[in-house]
Amino acid sequence: MSEPMLVARDVSKSYGRQTVLSHFDLTVDEGEVVCLIGPSGSGKSTFLRCVNHLEPIDSGEVSVAGHLVGYRRTGARLRELSPREIAAQRSDIGMVFQGFNLFPHLRVLDNLTLAPRKVRGVDAATAETRARAALERVGLAGKAAAYPRRLSGGEQQRVGIARALMMEPRLMLFDEPTSALDPERVGEVLDVLRDLAAGGMTMLVVTHEMEFARAVSHRVAFLDGGSVVECGPPGQIFDSPAEERTRSFLRRLGH
Amino acid sequence: MTDIRSSAVTAAPPAAGGVPRRLPRRHPFRWLALAVILVLAAMFAHGLVTNPNLQWDVVRHYFTSADVLRGLRVTIELTAGTMIISIVLGTAVAALQMSGGPLLAGVAGVYVWVLRSVPLLVQLLFWFNISALYPRLSLGVPFGPEFVSGNVNAFMTPWVAALVGLGLEGSAFVAETVRAGIRSVEPGQTEAARALGLRGPAIFRWIVLPQAIPVIIPSLANILVITLKATALVSVISLSDLLYTVETIYGRTYQPIPLLLTATIWYLILTLLLTLLQRGLERRFGRSARRGAPAPLWRDALAGLGSGLARFVVPSNRRAAR
Repeated sequence: MSEPMLVARDVSKSYGRQTVLSHFDLTVDEGEVVCLIGPSGSGKSTFLRCVNHLEPIDSGEVSVAGHLVGYRRTGARLRELSPREIAAQRSDIGMVFQGFNLFPHLRVLDNLTLAPRKVRGVDAATAETRARAALERVGLAGKAAAYPRRLSGGEQQRVGIARALMMEPRLMLFDEPTSALDPERVGEVLDVLRDLAAGGMTMLVVTHEMEFARAVSHRVAFLDGGSVVECGPPGQIFDSPAEERTRSFLRRLGH
Repeated sequence: MTDIRSSAVTAAPPAAGGVPRRLPRRHPFRWLALAVILVLAAMFAHGLVTNPNLQWDVVRHYFTSADVLRGLRVTIELTAGTMIISIVLGTAVAALQMSGGPLLAGVAGVYVWVLRSVPLLVQLLFWFNISALYPRLSLGVPFGPEFVSGNVNAFMTPWVAALVGLGLEGSAFVAETVRAGIRSVEPGQTEAARALGLRGPAIFRWIVLPQAIPVIIPSLANILVITLKATALVSVISLSDLLYTVETIYGRTYQPIPLLLTATIWYLILTLLLTLLQRGLERRFGRSARRGAPAPLWRDALAGLGSGLARFVVPSNRRAAR
């Protein structure tokens, strides 16, 4: 096995007095799908946002593809990178948001082509060709000219995924991608995630969809109180959890 | 909006076994209000036409006289110059307030506070008399040699004092408007852009600004109208704008009412033009531009003039359809 895609070592973060992440450790290998589950406030989303330095961490280290995220090591010290360097790192990490965060003033096609053109300098024609291919991949080939507000929640989230894929990321972060959707729309988004996983994408997914976590992920990490309580194959976590906190969480969900 | 005309139609008895006809609500008070307003408007119009003190012939004589048109031109130029200064400075101040770091944000905050606090009249007089405070102005190294220097009194003409006073005051209000517009854009938008690898200036240009403009434009247009009227204050520093011009004329002819009426009509016309400009901008950049066909421009403008009458007389099915 080559070096892991994501390594988080002893990551801690707090907002004022409130600790959100405490000695958080997690490793994700290339091509692996890891689901983060746990009660609200357990630090799932915060950790995801630390992976691409949307939130700076207080201590510890996060590395993606062997590169320290957000900092440069100079001797014994870590110096925060310049905005340009951080942006370059982020462009290799795709992120999908709970609330979609599509750009409402841009058509679907322009939502997809903006970042490749402005960040990578891809020319308009190439960007459009790739955008149409990405939309095809998420089953929205006919929606290129629509404004996001005209789409259903499920369609918007699939556009969000296609937009992230346009940067050809090495790692995809999903922050509760189906939590804002009507129940009958959840399936279409999870299908896209399944396809991505089958295609070998490295994925870190914060989710409340336990069936999806069981079926698709290679490993499931149960979080509580800002750190990983236990992590293992879904069969182990769901069927014979070692920790009492995991058992009581799953019991409350009716497992 | 319902169609008031159909309220006059009496309900037909429901067809046997059929569906009863649905009628819109009646609006008797609208008709009552219309009648009252028509009477009042007729009285006002009658007064306008028959009151000899208005001296319409004098209004007609001065309305397009060379002096008045020159004053009108000064008013228009002053308004335009003020708006350019206000928008450029105000946007810069707003940018500092939002992303200039704690020190520059503090400075920008003090700037807005001071300029919004000092009455415009005081500012105009102050700038006009600034040479009493700083008789000479020079450009050079602080506490070091001077490169250029000049006499402030010669530089600070009424025109420059008016532009500085109006422009600074306007910039403080524009700064607040721009800041509010930028803040109205959801933080998730910036976050998504950052996650895609975009950086500050690009995010502002491509994501934040296009979404802030529809929020900024109506307030900016409002500031524009206020600025237009505020230019009338420059008469205190003897700048020959529209108001100062008519004042000079009636000081000579003792006909204040017709000459003030002349100025008022011009202000009304200018404001109407600005309102049309505002509606045009809102249609071009506004949120509603993406919500199907907008209503015709002339009705928008009438509505913008505060005339609910426009919608009363022209029932809008398209509005209701939105």
